Amino acid sequence: MAEEVKLFKTWSTPFGLRVVWALKLKGIQYDAIDEDLSNKSALLLQYNPVYKKVPVLVHNGKPISESLVILEYIDETWKQNPILPQDPLEKARERFWAKFNDEKLLPSIWGVFTKEGKEREEAIADSLENLQFVEEELTGKKFFGGEKIGLADLVFGWLAYLICVFEEVTGLKIIDERFPLLLAWIQEFSELPIIKDNFPPHDKLIIRYQAFYEKYHPAK
Amino acid sequence: MADEVKLFGMWASPYSRRVELALKLKGIPYEYIEEDLSNKSSLLLKYNPVHQKIPVLVHNGKPIAESLVILEYIDETWRNNPVLPQDPYDRAMARFWAKFIDEKLLTTARKVSFATGKEQDQAIEQITEQLKLLENELKGKEYFSGQSIGYLDIVANVLVFWFRNLQEALGVDMFTEEKFPIIFEWIGKLVKIDTVNECRIPKEKHLDYIRTRLEALKFSSK
Repeated sequence: MAEEVKLFKTWSTPFGLRVVWALKLKGIQYDAIDEDLSNKSALLLQYNPVYKKVPVLVHNGKPISESLVILEYIDETWKQNPILPQDPLEKARERFWAKFNDEKLLPSIWGVFTKEGKEREEAIADSLENLQFVEEELTGKKFFGGEKIGLADLVFGWLAYLICVFEEVTGLKIIDERFPLLLAWIQEFSELPIIKDNFPPHDKLIIRYQAFYEKYHPAK
Repeated sequence: MADEVKLFGMWASPYSRRVELALKLKGIPYEYIEEDLSNKSSLLLKYNPVHQKIPVLVHNGKPIAESLVILEYIDETWRNNPVLPQDPYDRAMARFWAKFIDEKLLTTARKVSFATGKEQDQAIEQITEQLKLLENELKGKEYFSGQSIGYLDIVANVLVFWFRNLQEALGVDMFTEEKFPIIFEWIGKLVKIDTVNECRIPKEKHLDYIRTRLEALKFSSK
């Protein structure tokens, strides 16, 4: 039976992009369906009734939602170019850092982008603390996965193309020279063809996040 | 080399208890270290510097933190009595609902606990919706994991003791047999399993604990 793989996403979602990277790394053919989140398709709502969000992977008609769940599914279903190591402790490490990104790092940096005054100061302090942990994790490693990229690299991957957008729009430096390993990782990661060929267009991202910024910080 | 397994936990934490349940289901001997969360041990802070939380599993000196990450580690390291299914799609479904419990259900339960008046009503509406979604996953099955208990039952164990105790402590119409007959039928089966009972939380102690915390929070928010 021919394999049918569909991915519901948007052009800009970092959660969708990590799935795109995984599919491309493994050479999996798929149909991309870019959603308009202000007008979600009936198919998306059918495939993800619980969250009504992207990304959703549909494999031979069966839907899987939640990007980290999707990434594990992809790795277990298509065994070439694994994104998780064999060793349980190393696997646990990758999963730990993936969760850290989604539950701590990303929200704290988003807080820097969206908040004002004292709340922003707190978000900045949190972000710096979180970035420091990530920096330490890179000690002695080229990628979070070691010599080659793995799950954690794909999950942290948004830093490689979105931080510069945030910095340009806010005028704040978020990842500065205090984080040399992270800056080096961003360079290495961004040089991989599969990664950079799929970065969303920078100019389009600037427009999008400029609009968000104005929404969160209305001119008084 | 003999395996050395330690678990840093806390008696009232569902996250800690679910790890104990997994270890017991697989018959893995372990040393349990009860943490005083108001005075965390230096060992805990050394083993989990990032979150400084329990549970932390330490296997032959190597720490693993985050309860769902620990559960997967346990399943992959000790292969007897697997708790996750074999099929990738079934595994994805189990992981999806485990995340749902931790990220949605438990967050809303906290809102129900700490909110009052209209806000609490809204939180109860929200949790009712979420519990109904979860209850759907039990339809036509003995347990969440099928014929015997597994990963999702271990994670959903939070419903068996915590949710019931919370219901009693709060006195609101949040988690009752009338509203969720299928979940309660599942609870009835779970409490008959020895291993589940070995990990039960002492009820009166827990009710006191919940009430004390609610009082402290109400007091501090004035």
